[in-house]
Amino acid sequence: MTLLTSNLPIVTLLPFIGAIFAAWASTFNRLASAWVAAAVTLLVMGFLAPSVQQVFAGETIIQSWSWIPAIGLDFAYRLDGLALLFAILILGIGLLIIMYARYYLDAKDCMGRFFAYLLIFMGSMLGIVLSENLIQLLVFWELTSLSSFLLISYWQYREDAREGALMALVITGGGGLALLAGVLLLGHIVGSYNLSDVLAAGDLVRSHELYFPTLVLILLGVFTKSAQFPFLFWLPHAMAAPTPVSAYLHSATMVKAGIFLLARFFPVLSGPPEWFWLVGGAGLITLLVGAYMALFKHDMKGLLAYSTISHLGLITLLFGFGTKLGAVAAIFHIINHATFKASLFMVAGIIDHETGSRDMRKLNGLFKYMPHTAILAIIASAAMAGVPLLNGFLSKEMFFEQTLMATYQTPLIWILPVLVTVAAVFAVAYSLRFIHDVFFNGEPIDLPKTPHEPPRFMKIPVDLLVLLCLAVGIIPLVVVAPILAVAVEGSLQAAPPEYSLAIWHGFNLPLMMSVLALVLGVVVYIFRERLFAWHDRRIAHLDARIIYHFILNSIYKLATAITRRFDKGSLQSAISWIFGAAFVAGLIGFMSVSSPVFGQRELLPIGGLSLLATAIVILASIMSVVLHHKRLVAVVMVSVIGLAVTLIFVKFSAPDLALTQLSVEIVTIVLLLLALYFLPQTSPREVGRLHISRDVIISVLSGAGIMVLSLAVMTRDFAPISDFFLVNAVPGGGGTNVVNVILVDFRGTDTLGEIVVLALAGLGIYALLQGLKLYAPVADESGYSWSEDNHPLIMQTLTRLLFPLMLMVAVFIFIRGHNLPGGGFIAGLIAAVALIVQYLANGITWTAERLRVDMHWVIGLGLLIATVTGLVAMGFGYPFLTTTYTYLTWPVIGKFEVASAIAFDLGVFMVVVGATVMSLVQLGKLSDVSHKQQQLENQHQEVH
Amino acid sequence: MEWLIALVIGVLTAAGVYLTLRARTFPVVLGLTLLAYAVNVFLFAMGRLTIGQPAVINPAATGYSDPLPQALVLTAIVIAFGMTAFLIVLALKAQGELGNDHVDGLDHATDELPLEINNIEKVKNNKSLDFNSQEANQ
Amino acid sequence: MHLAAWPVFLPLIASFIVLFAKAKGLLWQRVINLLAISGLILLSIGLIIESSSGVHQVYLLGNWPAPFGIVLVLDQLSALMVAITSVLALAALAYAIATGTDKTGAHFHVMFLIFIFGLNGAFLTGDLFNLFVFFEVLLLASYGLLLHGGGRRRTKAGLHYVIINMVGATLFLFAVGTLYGILGTLNIADMAAKVAVLPQQDAAIVAAAGLLLLVVFCIKAAIFPLYLWLPIAYSNTAAAVAALFAIMTKVGLYAIIRVHGTVFSESAGSLANYYMPWLLGLGLLTLILAAFGVMAVTNLRQQVAYLVLASVATLLIAIGLNNLSGLSAGLYYIIHSTLIAGGFFLLADIISRGRGSFDDRFERSFAMPGAILIGSMFMFGAIAMIGMPPLSGFFGKVLILDASLEHQWVGLIIAVVLVAGFIMMVTMARTGMLLFYHVLPADEADNKPTDNDVTRTSPNRISIVAVISLFAVSPLLVIFAQPITTFTESAAAQQYDSKRYIESVLSKQPVKSGKE
Repeated sequence: MTLLTSNLPIVTLLPFIGAIFAAWASTFNRLASAWVAAAVTLLVMGFLAPSVQQVFAGETIIQSWSWIPAIGLDFAYRLDGLALLFAILILGIGLLIIMYARYYLDAKDCMGRFFAYLLIFMGSMLGIVLSENLIQLLVFWELTSLSSFLLISYWQYREDAREGALMALVITGGGGLALLAGVLLLGHIVGSYNLSDVLAAGDLVRSHELYFPTLVLILLGVFTKSAQFPFLFWLPHAMAAPTPVSAYLHSATMVKAGIFLLARFFPVLSGPPEWFWLVGGAGLITLLVGAYMALFKHDMKGLLAYSTISHLGLITLLFGFGTKLGAVAAIFHIINHATFKASLFMVAGIIDHETGSRDMRKLNGLFKYMPHTAILAIIASAAMAGVPLLNGFLSKEMFFEQTLMATYQTPLIWILPVLVTVAAVFAVAYSLRFIHDVFFNGEPIDLPKTPHEPPRFMKIPVDLLVLLCLAVGIIPLVVVAPILAVAVEGSLQAAPPEYSLAIWHGFNLPLMMSVLALVLGVVVYIFRERLFAWHDRRIAHLDARIIYHFILNSIYKLATAITRRFDKGSLQSAISWIFGAAFVAGLIGFMSVSSPVFGQRELLPIGGLSLLATAIVILASIMSVVLHHKRLVAVVMVSVIGLAVTLIFVKFSAPDLALTQLSVEIVTIVLLLLALYFLPQTSPREVGRLHISRDVIISVLSGAGIMVLSLAVMTRDFAPISDFFLVNAVPGGGGTNVVNVILVDFRGTDTLGEIVVLALAGLGIYALLQGLKLYAPVADESGYSWSEDNHPLIMQTLTRLLFPLMLMVAVFIFIRGHNLPGGGFIAGLIAAVALIVQYLANGITWTAERLRVDMHWVIGLGLLIATVTGLVAMGFGYPFLTTTYTYLTWPVIGKFEVASAIAFDLGVFMVVVGATVMSLVQLGKLSDVSHKQQQLENQHQEVH
Repeated sequence: MEWLIALVIGVLTAAGVYLTLRARTFPVVLGLTLLAYAVNVFLFAMGRLTIGQPAVINPAATGYSDPLPQALVLTAIVIAFGMTAFLIVLALKAQGELGNDHVDGLDHATDELPLEINNIEKVKNNKSLDFNSQEANQ
Repeated sequence: MHLAAWPVFLPLIASFIVLFAKAKGLLWQRVINLLAISGLILLSIGLIIESSSGVHQVYLLGNWPAPFGIVLVLDQLSALMVAITSVLALAALAYAIATGTDKTGAHFHVMFLIFIFGLNGAFLTGDLFNLFVFFEVLLLASYGLLLHGGGRRRTKAGLHYVIINMVGATLFLFAVGTLYGILGTLNIADMAAKVAVLPQQDAAIVAAAGLLLLVVFCIKAAIFPLYLWLPIAYSNTAAAVAALFAIMTKVGLYAIIRVHGTVFSESAGSLANYYMPWLLGLGLLTLILAAFGVMAVTNLRQQVAYLVLASVATLLIAIGLNNLSGLSAGLYYIIHSTLIAGGFFLLADIISRGRGSFDDRFERSFAMPGAILIGSMFMFGAIAMIGMPPLSGFFGKVLILDASLEHQWVGLIIAVVLVAGFIMMVTMARTGMLLFYHVLPADEADNKPTDNDVTRTSPNRISIVAVISLFAVSPLLVIFAQPITTFTESAAAQQYDSKRYIESVLSKQPVKSGKE
């Protein structure tokens, strides 16, 4: 991996690293970052230099590493003539810009930020032109959008800067997304994202059915970036950026990225009429609009911006012709435009810098204040106008020639030469205005500063560029011919056509057009006043920005409306969506396959008890719904339902379920009643009939759905895995109560998770109630105040007698659990109830004094025991939760089997007790406190 | 018999869903409790119904009721219990902090848009979000 | 040999140790928690390496063979999810400690650890009902975490979140019950085996149950129209918790990949991949709505919440493409979106602390302390989130779009993804300018009355580090794209090969005698 085989990635990535240093350098000295930036640029040039020779020898250098093979994304670089030309522009002009900016920015601007951004942009730009892989190219493409966003908004406190930056990002970034789609399609067509393969597959692409969408998407990227119609409006607003940025990004380089892509894909996409009409059409319109608008801008940079747009249009139009000579002219004009437009921007910057204004209505007769600058400006704008002996002239001649050629091919567009001449006329006019208005035309009108020449070094970059304009204009063969040749070859991927860079082609039609343009241009300029007046009346108020804002804001309004439609922050709507979705999903699923609804399994006979239970459930449910406003009644109904459900479990031989259901039932109801003590005793009527009927429909549908579903299943036969449990419960699990064995052994992990949930519920409730103050109502709904006597004596004595008894029961239930209905959970609940009853009867304080255990510990120990029993098995090389058991002979009880699962069950027991007691006692405390306050208040009332 | 059970499940579900869709926390809690009942019976019924079968292994037994669904239901009951307890307390907290028991923490009876959580309503008078920033910030 | 089981009960054990350490004070709890999570990270490295062999590691809990006992299954997918979780958890925990979130209420560390316990359990279990149990564990823990610190907004958000998830749990049980009622089993692999030979007359019920289950998972994953809990929950809880929750939506997606991807795989006869079109369609719909939400909301936290929604939708699209490269791209995107979203929630908190009484509302405010650093981080995070180059979001998106090129909906998919990306780009640019560029002049900052009640605090070092360490993942994902995509590809391939999953789960024999 010598330098020559890996210098291109370095060339691209070096500026990014340099950016960090540039930012860092400014912490020492604000000028340091400028030097860093310059040094980095020179270094990059140094890294690029070795390859230049090969390129001029006609080679195409490709350096590639595998990156994401999954999508054929390589880390790949490519240097051919076209890339080299752009690299030279980027680096050369970049260096001049850095030098210029160092004098342009004033003391209060943060240099580090500026040069860091500038280097990032430089790197991204180099990345675009040097990328061999299209996805990689796209990465850099979007990076230029981002960095230009940062550079335009450099003066972030300025409204226009922010808006211009956002606009630029929206347009170019959005275009980038379109380009991504285009590139994906292109890669899909060719089967590779590597440029070499794509360039080789031109015929395949042009004949492919996806050619048109691909073309459109790619052109969207190109037109947005290069400010082509209809996306040209962002560029003038980008002029809010510091002038070096405008000179660099918005004339020389970034806006040329789109053009670069046209040149790149020229051999792949050009040819079909779609190409001609889309590219040529956009180019022509842009050329005209830009040239026209430029004349009427009073802001110097505004004028330059529109003239840039118009020249970009010119280049695009040239590519649109799809002829090799067109490409030659286009690439030639890229070079020329870069040179004279960059220098003009810098001049504008100098004038702004030295006079404090860019308004050409104020700026007059600056020639005598800054002659040097003036001369530079005059030459550069002459080049822009296409005056002979300057570079602009040569490429413009070529351009005219191409338009005429095009008319020979398709006579229909004879109007083309006329239109481009019109554009040329305006070009001459605005160039003239730029010179005459600013440097002559009377005296300056109340400028903020008295104008004078800028510092020497601020002019050097301009000097060099203007010199280049002259050199290219006078001795093109020496200066520009070689690089142009290789660039054209790189773009066409073929030998360049015959063309001559001679200054004099004799009296031919193009020359006539030039002369005509010059003459008429002067005329237009002379009669400008009337034109301005007409323009202000008719055209001035037209602004594409209005449409842009309209579109964005309507998207925004739509977004807001839709989001508000769903995201109401209303729980009821959220839940109704869920139930609705569930029902629909179930229905669709059921419909998706054609099966009978019910099976043939023979059903059980209907028994009296279950008929009764059913009746109770149905009645109670209906009442709980109808009377749910009366909350106490509703609670009673729910408890009735609970009991009926218990009955059902008993009936269908599930004693464990019945026991559990019953005990849970009790505790839940206690909780509900405790809660109801604080909550309103009734629910207010809800508004909105429609709302309620919707709920009725949803609930009826859900009920029906579940009913059908359960029937559909119950009427079918199935072969469950349960036999295994029945067979292995005794030999494997050492317990005859299969359900319990499943819980603590076969599916012990479920139970572990279950007690974790319970423990967490306890802890969570504890956490929730920290620092919560609730005030009980003075009296219940019917106006009776609560009983003063919290702990009736009879209840106290009774419960104290009952306590040991209940614990006995708990222990009993626990012990028998493994073999007979029962087990840790039920036992735990019973014990918990026993304790809670004490709290209820004797009050928190009394009980707490006698029961000195922190329930946190009980819970923790429970979890610990349960988990450790699981872990022990691992000590013996068995998986987690593997159980074992043995038989002991105890007195009284007799032969008795202890499974290690019992220990696990003990964990369950403790967690249940801990969690339940903790939650209820926490609630109890709450009511206790509020009760005390209650009594205090009552006594107060009695006193008064 | 299966029809009856299915009917029970269906009714419980319907009642549960309706109550869950109410605007006050307490009915919602009740609704979820009913749904829990419905689910428990449903799960249990998924093991098919059997009458008079022993739940405990003994040699004399001719057959057993499917134990696995019962185990599942047990777990489900416990989890539902934990969740319900938590929700009840949370409802109390809401009552205490929001001063009412509406599920969206609204004042009584006005089913307006809640403003605390969802402040999209504010957007009208928040110009800084407008894309037309020219007029937005003057 | 217990490798597959450790990620599950390491946090569990730690959790009750922390509970005992309650008396010892916060410092102990913090240390124990940090140790546990760091241990998890080491562990998950082990898991990744172990799983890379491509063999399913099946662990028979209780030493009972599948499908009768509960099994844990370690494959590349579950290993990846555990790894993501532990990295995210460490950053979130560090931030919580740095900002003293754990001081603002009881039992933060216990709930934190049990949340991780539930997550890892859900990622590793091979049993559908057990998945339900672990879901409930992580949910109850998430309730506690969401409500941690209290406050009116949080209480209300919690109320919604809890109730919605309890409804979800109910639906889950209905679905599981139905599946058991037809297939007579709970083990995912066994279900798949049974579905493959399912008689026609039972297929409809299983199909219904399958979609019902999909609804449940879509609630967790926050898919239209079941996403309504997400913006409320995420934007109203403590930053560290919100960051941690970035993994929550992914649990739902994981469950879809695991359960539906296995049970209704290619070899599922008449039900093979019948749910896939729904994923794709809902994904596209959700993506649009999410992008609109990002644009519509008026505070930063909600915006980030909607960005999370968008990433979930993108993932769903990737899965819904129903091809190997799509799933592989999705896995790559999961790593990216989870960790970046987590970091972004933390960053949003740093920003709103820096803006004092302006909190995170989109209003013109004063420049925050350390604006340049925070601003750069914001830009970085935003670029990553919305999938702009050069960060991982872009490459994830390209991977997904590239995988969609063969799909018949390719045009629609590309259009939706790119348009949504465009809307989000515009909006985030606007947000960034509003927060960092369009600030009120600094000199007013001190004598502005509204600013006195809440002081603008500059972030402490650890919290910044927490964010940066999460964001750093993005460039790493880009630089090391080759090995990472290789891993995700083989993970996807392993997931698609459901036959081998079934075979290795059902053929696993219990340990005859210990000590081997």
